[in-house]
Amino acid sequence: MKPSVWTLVFGAWLIAAIATLGALFMSDIMGFAPCVLCWYQRIFMFPLVFVLAAGLFPFDPRVMRYALPLASVGLLVAGFHLLLVAGVIPESLTPCRQGILCSTVQVEWLSFVTIPLLSFFAFLVINALLIVAYLKTPP
Amino acid sequence: MKQKNIFIAASMLLIAAFALGTFFYKNQQTQQAEKLAVQNQAALVRADSPSFGNPDAPVHIVEFFDPACGTCREFYPLVKNLMAAHPGKIRLTMRYAPFHPGSDQVVKVMEAAHKQGKFQPTLEALFASQAVWVQNHTAQLDLIWSPLASLGLDMERIKSDMNSPEIARTIEQDLADAKTMNVTMTPEYFVNGRPLPSFGFEQLKALVDEALVNTNTK
Repeated sequence: MKPSVWTLVFGAWLIAAIATLGALFMSDIMGFAPCVLCWYQRIFMFPLVFVLAAGLFPFDPRVMRYALPLASVGLLVAGFHLLLVAGVIPESLTPCRQGILCSTVQVEWLSFVTIPLLSFFAFLVINALLIVAYLKTPP
Repeated sequence: MKQKNIFIAASMLLIAAFALGTFFYKNQQTQQAEKLAVQNQAALVRADSPSFGNPDAPVHIVEFFDPACGTCREFYPLVKNLMAAHPGKIRLTMRYAPFHPGSDQVVKVMEAAHKQGKFQPTLEALFASQAVWVQNHTAQLDLIWSPLASLGLDMERIKSDMNSPEIARTIEQDLADAKTMNVTMTPEYFVNGRPLPSFGFEQLKALVDEALVNTNTK
């Protein structure tokens, strides 16, 4: 059985909610200071939890249109951040000069999972789910 | 209906996971801090740190403080009351943690006053006049002299002592010890070597009460 459009949007919401709580856990409980780029990613991730939830009850097929601008720009910021950590883009081109440098790796699980990677992956899956849901919806 | 239940269940699960994670993480942090404190007792007390109360008191509070810190100012009378409520039972040792910009100069003056046996009046005068000499979270050395004028300090000696290498070493030692004890905010209290599980006067009082009970039963 193919997943319904509702299930796809619900999946996107679930990932956004996990990413939001995870980000809050790392900054407020574990005490990692978010760098400037992390704040931009948060700006695009946190509203998704509410926008997607509002679109689920009652289901509004236009929720993809409202969520995709947030999700896609978030993906761009996360991708930029990932390239920065990888050293592809030099730090001097970034907006972060004070506080935590965005190229600082604060967490590395299993020797490759960093916070920007988690963010990028979350945005990537949310975008994929929303695009599939959008394409599956009859015009 | 089914969809709504899935959504509610998922939301509750996420919130529960967050709360549990917070609980376990904080617990683990507290245990680590206690272990750190036990391993580094030597860093907690230095012989010549300013200290009030009965030197042989069973309960020893060590406070890392910054004279420019507002919360330190507000906690000071509370701790003093706590000591007054248990006469002879509590000793308070003050360690410098000048984290505010400019504070490093002010604590040098305090240490120089300590050499003249006037640490406590200096501390109290500085706390009382904090609004005057701390501006925009920055300590202004030139504004502390008039609040200190009436204490009978030998100002000439203060001004030469405060730049002595000996006092610089004391402050450096306190800052190094603060780092060892993982003190990143002021005030930070240790009661008989144990850190507060979380910040607050109630938590401090609970630790002190516990230590008092322990010494009474011994």
